[in-house]
Amino acid sequence: MEILLAIIIGVLYAAGIYMILRRSLVKLIIGIILLGNGANLLIFLLGRITEGAPPIIPEESKVFLEAYADPVPQALILTAIVISFGLQSFAIILVKRAHKVVKTDDLDEMNATDEDS
Amino acid sequence: MTQQLILYPLLLQMLLAIILMFFWRKINAQRVISMLGSLVHLAVSIGVFAYIWNNGTQTVQAGNWEAPFGITFIADTFAATMVLLTSIAGLAVSIFSSGSVIGDRLRFGYFPIFHFLLLGLTGAFLTGDIFNLYVWFEIIIISSFVLITIGGEKAQLEGAVKYFTLNFLASMIFLTAIAVLYGLTGSLNMADLANKVAAVENRALVEITAILFLIGFGIKSALFPLYFWLPASYHTPPSAVSAIFGGLLTKVGVYALVRVFTLIFVDDVFLDQILLVLAIFTLFSGALGALVQNNIRKVFSYLIICHIGYMIIGLGMFTEVAIAGTIFYLVHDIVVKTNLFMISGLIYRIKGSNSMRALGGFYANYPKLSLLMFIPLFSLVGIPPLSGFWPKISLITASFESGSYWSLAAIIFASFITLVVIAKLWAEVFWKDATEIPERPKFRYYHKIRNIKKVQIIVPIVFLSLVSLYIGFGAEHIQTLSARIASELIDNQQYIDAVLNTQKSE
Repeated sequence: MEILLAIIIGVLYAAGIYMILRRSLVKLIIGIILLGNGANLLIFLLGRITEGAPPIIPEESKVFLEAYADPVPQALILTAIVISFGLQSFAIILVKRAHKVVKTDDLDEMNATDEDS
Repeated sequence: MTQQLILYPLLLQMLLAIILMFFWRKINAQRVISMLGSLVHLAVSIGVFAYIWNNGTQTVQAGNWEAPFGITFIADTFAATMVLLTSIAGLAVSIFSSGSVIGDRLRFGYFPIFHFLLLGLTGAFLTGDIFNLYVWFEIIIISSFVLITIGGEKAQLEGAVKYFTLNFLASMIFLTAIAVLYGLTGSLNMADLANKVAAVENRALVEITAILFLIGFGIKSALFPLYFWLPASYHTPPSAVSAIFGGLLTKVGVYALVRVFTLIFVDDVFLDQILLVLAIFTLFSGALGALVQNNIRKVFSYLIICHIGYMIIGLGMFTEVAIAGTIFYLVHDIVVKTNLFMISGLIYRIKGSNSMRALGGFYANYPKLSLLMFIPLFSLVGIPPLSGFWPKISLITASFESGSYWSLAAIIFASFITLVVIAKLWAEVFWKDATEIPERPKFRYYHKIRNIKKVQIIVPIVFLSLVSLYIGFGAEHIQTLSARIASELIDNQQYIDAVLNTQKSE
């Protein structure tokens, strides 16, 4: 399971960065989404995957008796998912606006800001 | 009452942003609330600063969860100083925005977002939890995305795409670094991490995590070679927005770098070398970039990059004198850079252009304003006794003591180029004969706007110039302050004890 997840994370990071480096704006968004998901899965993986041991103390005892799944990574991922969701939706709107105003989706042609003025 | 004192600046900004949202369409009400609120924020920040100065580091554990389990808020002298500077710059830009940003932009929620940005900054300075720092960073960048795109001009949107992509990438790298750090130590509390990272046996992985943090924060603070988003975007939004970005957004990256590399990843010769090399390159590339630009705001953008180098070079040398220099430079730079972008806004208002070639004759036509602009411009260069001079002494002394002559050369070279750049700017904009710039029909020139607006544009520039003068002439005070911060940062045990032993003091 860990190996599989590690491979997936690697692929997501690589694909995300590759997509960000391409010239099309739409591919930029895809890259952002892939990278965000890769980071979330990485937190999940590095929080140690423990199967079938929820972090709930049994009724008859006062402390944990055995190893339990760490709940913190889930909380972190939840936060990160919400944040990257917000950022991604902003990115989509931004790209749509930019495409409308600049009339191109090629990053190489977006060089008005580099002009000498 | 005083227990939660350090949270007040945070809560106040949040309250302000929320109240402002209820006045969405009433921009005059928003202007007044924003200005008054910023004034109150300044008062509260001064109160917090005075309290921290007298009573030492304060912590608040959110929800009363003991550290390291809950989220910690901590105000040491460094954080309190940064909060104070945020509120000074915030007040100035709030007044300046009221005068200079046109109503069409204000109608789309400029002020609420502006205060959310200040909320994010205050939070980032006060938090003691690395994941919480990530969340504050996200609040900062989301607000900054909105501010940079409000108005939706072509150049703005193009700049925003670049700004967005690189800042998003920085956040993802930061998040990756947090994930690896959590996997290594199982903790997120920065004080706890400081203890646990020192005990980790796999040093190679710690080094890699540190590099990830360096890249993440390096993009945000515009370090070489990660700064290309900055000159592509900072000159596109209204100058009020550039002012707060230029003054505070890159500095929060520097703050995070200083915090992480003095607390969590300390005593690492390899990292210090990397920081030094990056800082030297940042100084060179920023200075040379500024030399060839024609747009005033682009010149200032490159100067931001150049002067980030001074702060990082102090961090790289990692002696008490050097860190004191870094802190002093940070204090000076926030005030001056905010002021410079407001000045570029004023110049734009008066003449309708920011091109150095087109401008001219300022000194002949506006002698008083020119004298006012003289203060921040030459504080930046560091003509003694103005404020930029003093931190450089600390940095130069430190580089002598640590024998890193490359740093010394870079510091002197960058100062010299800054002088050349500002002298060129002064000659072009102020001394050259006035040129005819074709009048733009709908543009609201400075002489056409109402007097109240003029006051709102001039007052913040005067205010920040006075602060600059104080930093220059009262350098002794700031030096005491930065020396105290530096000793607190070097001896990080104080910080760790303050976070982990709070239950003892109650």
